[in-house]
Amino acid sequence: MSFVDIKEKLTAKFENLNLVFSSFRDNDRVVVPSSELFEILSYLKTTFCFDMLIDLSAADYLHLQGATHRYGVWYALLNVENGERLIVKTHLDDPDPRVSSMYDLWKGADWMEREVYDMYGIEFDGHPDLRRILLPDEFVAFPLRKDYPLRGMGERHNFQSVIRSES
Amino acid sequence: MPLNLADAIPDTSSPEREFLWTLNFGPQHPATHTTLRLILTLDGEVVVHAIPDIGFLHSGFEKLGEHLDFNQYVTIVDRMNYISPVSNEISWHHAVEKLLDIDLTPRCKYIRTIFAELMRIHDHLVCCGAAALDLGAFTAFLYAFNLREKINDISEVASGQRFHPSYTRVGGLLCDVNDVWITKVRAFIKLFYAAYADLTKLLQRNRIFVDRTRGVGVLTKEEAINRSATGPVARASGVTRDLRKDQPYLAYNDFDFKVVCSTEGDCYARFLVRMEEMVQSIKIITQAIENIPSGPINIDVNSKVVVPNQMSVYRSIEGLIQHFELHMTNRQWETPKEEIYAATESPNGELGFYIVADGSGVAYRARTRPPSLLHFSLFPHLIVGHQISDIPAVLGSINIIAAELDR
Repeated sequence: MSFVDIKEKLTAKFENLNLVFSSFRDNDRVVVPSSELFEILSYLKTTFCFDMLIDLSAADYLHLQGATHRYGVWYALLNVENGERLIVKTHLDDPDPRVSSMYDLWKGADWMEREVYDMYGIEFDGHPDLRRILLPDEFVAFPLRKDYPLRGMGERHNFQSVIRSES
Repeated sequence: MPLNLADAIPDTSSPEREFLWTLNFGPQHPATHTTLRLILTLDGEVVVHAIPDIGFLHSGFEKLGEHLDFNQYVTIVDRMNYISPVSNEISWHHAVEKLLDIDLTPRCKYIRTIFAELMRIHDHLVCCGAAALDLGAFTAFLYAFNLREKINDISEVASGQRFHPSYTRVGGLLCDVNDVWITKVRAFIKLFYAAYADLTKLLQRNRIFVDRTRGVGVLTKEEAINRSATGPVARASGVTRDLRKDQPYLAYNDFDFKVVCSTEGDCYARFLVRMEEMVQSIKIITQAIENIPSGPINIDVNSKVVVPNQMSVYRSIEGLIQHFELHMTNRQWETPKEEIYAATESPNGELGFYIVADGSGVAYRARTRPPSLLHFSLFPHLIVGHQISDIPAVLGSINIIAAELDR
């Protein structure tokens, strides 16, 4: 299945949706609306056998010139049989950025979705265990958002340290 | 939805679950090597549930990647998987070079390939040695570390640093290699076979080592695919994917080597795959070291992406201008306003970078796809049903590097 075939079949199947296909270097990409993301990805998984989720992450487009949405979430898929790859991307906006979880399709999404939640505050509906992964539970900000400063907001200085007599 | 760690720990207070107990493992424990924490629910000595708690080494590498330029960030990616530093650098610059559409010089490709394979051997030696150490085979660990030391010497000759060489640059390398380096690599090839034979004899027929790894932590092929395992972990379960063959980058097309696979999927299979991969790597190095092409290591200065050498900065106006352009923070590289995902086969698995470029020489978003994170997410699944003494065996076999895990 080449990118052309995927393009044809996807547009035929989801003809009322606005799917944007593009290629850059060797990356083949499709931008899909976030509301239909789960249907499209499960269709891609079953029809084109994209059985491995290679990468899942997000970006905050707050300061990017010409960006129309606040967040982008991408899913890099791999067909293990023939090594074919596809990047599916979707856009989300404030307030309440949320998208459905891919945990039911690929178990590998588990920690990657938790990391995106940790860093960007994007919530994944249907994720069984969505809590912070890298940062402590008490942390309130989402540090990879562009409105979070590089040097932090004083969390390090104000971190409550527990001394032996209090523990 | 659980909001914190305490909510995720299974409740063992009810009468029918009273026989279970909860044990905290790490973050400071000899078998975790760095800082990993596990919260185990045990039935006697059998693990019934495991919750990894990570992030102790989180240092915001990806945030730094949004503030450092393409050449500066190489010193940071270097510290992700610190037992194969040059592999990370190659992977990072592979992504940048794909973004800028740069085709490297043949000499640079060969040197990078040799380094990538030396790093694979380095990584596998540390992994197998440390795994053996955790299972009580101390001598094998010393043999492995002795050989690894030679690779550090090779890095030192090339770049001046043993551990974190920061050797690659956009469009080329920090500096060319010399005859001493070639001699050292040739000497290493000779040394390798002797040390490898020692390691094999010490471990592959070691009754204790084999008994403690065979049949432990079995990962089936379906699970490996579904849970995004790559690299030796996936190949030990029968997933025949290797980016060096699938999407040949650098000079991998020129060499004859095999992709090592197994179908067992247990800790012993992962150990055997790593051992055999070292032999394939040394085969690549043997072919490459005798055929390094002559010529420059950097691409043409007129392409405006490489930092010119000192001679041309001091002796020519073009070199001076180019040097100035690349080092002024408001100039630097001109990138297409695009996004790209590019990955290489690092010793641990697929190490990818997703770069969002905004036209400047600093990535707008530099996402790392860390193989360690995905492999550690396999861990609770692998350990369930095994005894607490199998934890070091499983942890050692999936080779978790906490700096890459937490970034």
